[in-house]
Amino acid sequence: MGFVMSVDLSQFHQVFFEESYEGLDVMESALLNMDVNQVDSETINEIFRAAHSIKGGSGTFGFSVIAEFTHVVETLLDLIRSDQFEMQAEHINLFLQSVDCIRTMIQELEQGQSCDTTLASELKAKFTELLEAKDTASTSTAVSDEAASTNAELPSAPVSGGKGWQIYFKPSADILRTGNDPLRMFRELADLGEISVTALLDELPAFSDLDSEACFLAWEISLSGDIQQAQIDEVFEWVVDESEIRITPLNDTLIKNDALPAEMPSEDNKPETQATAPETYTNPGNSELKPTAPNTRQASENPQKTNRKEQKSESTSIRVGTDKIDSLINMVGELVITQSMLNELGKNFDVSSIPKLLEGLAQLSLHTRELQENVMRIRMLPISFAFSRFPRLVHDMSQTLHKKVELVLLGEQTELDKTVMERIGDPLVHLVRNSLDHGLELPEKRLAAGKPETGKITLNAFHQGGNIAIQIIDDGAGLNEERILKKAIENGLVSPDEQLEPSQIHDLIFQPGFSTAETVTDISGRGVGMDVVRRNIQELNGTVEVESHPGKGSTFTIRLPLTLAILDGQLIRVGNQVYIFPLVSIVESIESQDKMIHRVSGASDVLRIRNEYIPIIRLWDVFNIEADHKKVSDGLLVIVEGDNIKVAVLVDDLLAQQQVVIKSLQDNYKSVPGVSGATILGDGTVSLILDISGLIKLAGVGKESYRKVSESGDHQAA
Amino acid sequence: MATILAVDDSASMRQMVVFTLKGAGFNVIEASDGQQALEKAKQSTVDLVLSDVNMPVMDGIELVKNLRTLPEYKFTPILMLTTESASDKKMQGRSAGATGWLVKPFNPEQLLATIRKVLP
Repeated sequence: MGFVMSVDLSQFHQVFFEESYEGLDVMESALLNMDVNQVDSETINEIFRAAHSIKGGSGTFGFSVIAEFTHVVETLLDLIRSDQFEMQAEHINLFLQSVDCIRTMIQELEQGQSCDTTLASELKAKFTELLEAKDTASTSTAVSDEAASTNAELPSAPVSGGKGWQIYFKPSADILRTGNDPLRMFRELADLGEISVTALLDELPAFSDLDSEACFLAWEISLSGDIQQAQIDEVFEWVVDESEIRITPLNDTLIKNDALPAEMPSEDNKPETQATAPETYTNPGNSELKPTAPNTRQASENPQKTNRKEQKSESTSIRVGTDKIDSLINMVGELVITQSMLNELGKNFDVSSIPKLLEGLAQLSLHTRELQENVMRIRMLPISFAFSRFPRLVHDMSQTLHKKVELVLLGEQTELDKTVMERIGDPLVHLVRNSLDHGLELPEKRLAAGKPETGKITLNAFHQGGNIAIQIIDDGAGLNEERILKKAIENGLVSPDEQLEPSQIHDLIFQPGFSTAETVTDISGRGVGMDVVRRNIQELNGTVEVESHPGKGSTFTIRLPLTLAILDGQLIRVGNQVYIFPLVSIVESIESQDKMIHRVSGASDVLRIRNEYIPIIRLWDVFNIEADHKKVSDGLLVIVEGDNIKVAVLVDDLLAQQQVVIKSLQDNYKSVPGVSGATILGDGTVSLILDISGLIKLAGVGKESYRKVSESGDHQAA
Repeated sequence: MATILAVDDSASMRQMVVFTLKGAGFNVIEASDGQQALEKAKQSTVDLVLSDVNMPVMDGIELVKNLRTLPEYKFTPILMLTTESASDKKMQGRSAGATGWLVKPFNPEQLLATIRKVLP
């Protein structure tokens, strides 16, 4: 039977990349958790297995650069695993760097680039140094063994039988118990040339002593044809160690018979040589691998991180637990049963069937709801995916900052929508960096303040209502209200005589262009402020707030919707149109009175409420539709916030609050300014979901005009 | 057509092996570790086992030992997919009762050629 096929290996690359990233994450977290003084074998095994899989996969899929590098890493891990090498603290860092290096190489391959091997070579040199220093003797013998065996192989390779071969084959009695069947070997030999086999029954025991599962036979085989000895060796490759095999060329069988035992060892060597072949990866003496540009590492580290993120968002596959799929299938089954029940009912329907019909419909709605929930669950991943990068981040940062930190992760199994997860990563990193850099004090300061030397950062995720809350808690110094206020006054965010509650002062850190760090550090001073964090979170329909107690620490709380596909909405009516505001963006709704409205020439009217001036947007005007109440004082004002700007939107009526499923306008129609999407209401009508920041731009009451308005408002008030 | 049990903790390797085997017309059962493989082997009739060596939960060597204790797997060919260049892993596999091995990295053609040795 012939297998004629060619397999395109590139189709498995994506899976390989993903699984390698996972493996690298496993290696990283295991390395971070490792106690060098007490290396636990399961941890080392875990790291070894991950490295081993990456090596195996990269070799198979043709990424030899990664295979070669990983091989060196694996070799050292193997020595540690078998207690032949003592792990030191500095080795952990070397392994961590290797993890980064492999990750970068995989990212480069994933993007179709060629690998930059500078760092790999540099690290490889370090590994080789360690391996050589550790055991010069064994390395050199391995090399010389290799050399010796290659030499041994050379003369045997060109041996050709010419006419053919005489083979004596006596397998071990256990051969059948290893699943090896002598018959299959004869068949293989028969494929090579003409064969005749004679069974030697000399050692066959008496029937009563016969073990039916053991092999007592030996065979004389003569094989004629132009056959290389290597071909025959290959047939016996798996059994050569346990069997007695003599292979002699047919034409001089008689002469060479005496010399047979002497030939045996060289044949035994053969499979061993093959086995050691992959070891040539190590090749410690390779001069090309010397580091060429030691300072490229720093430079290559940063792009790597950003690349990874871009890559991640491009990848559209998702890993779903089988249990989720199973429950989905189960649910569809139920749905089909209900449907066929209803079908049956419809065939001969009369009034008496109404209770049954109602029951069926109730079931249908139950199953549909369950189905919806389950489909949503498919997109949900445990937040540990987002948390997993923090142990390393905190480890590296605490070293740079000379702070002692304990990181506590709680609620790692809390599930979150995949898209939300991907987009919450950056804000989380920023907040954790901020807590470490600005929140936690240096060990001396902590001791002086009577606190334990080691600071604590806690990441906690939990469900709260229909939302997920993520908290970043530190036990550091807390926000410095005095400094925040001073800075805010300098920047003109607050007037000097304004009286602010502590919580209002804390909230100032989320204002654009606000940073109190005395010195811009390498860590937080990257030009990205807390305002960006807040904006990113708002883009996900979430909120972020901070609670802080001087000397005790701060808690940042992020609240996010469980999914981006469903929105908690407030339905509002203008004329005969129904629109939806995202509930999170609504600050309050009021019935306005004339005295609260201030007319401003050249700009929109403003609403004055609790000493705040808020521009008014007339929805009927913006969307050019009919409305019941065109005058501001007649209708209702919904105060909403987007991009840190509050606006009051004039509407006719507030309707229900409900969860709506977001349908993309862009996919189904085209992008419309001021509208983020649409949904279908219970009665089948389409309703548009309003995008607050878009609406603000559309109405032309953006930041500049707002500032102007509030200034002129001040004049009026004065 | 023969049924092959393919065991590997690496999804990409498993996919490659399964794709190749199915393309050649074999029935394939997959498992991602030794424990799972053992369960699946008990539930079905398998003509050949292809197993990775380094796996979590139960490694390939343990799997072979366990399979050989089952009457129906006493003589079933079991091939180890190994990157172990050191012969001690092979010896361990052999004494556990493995039939043979295929050294990684291998390509689909090599995989099928090896299988053809044991499944005529």
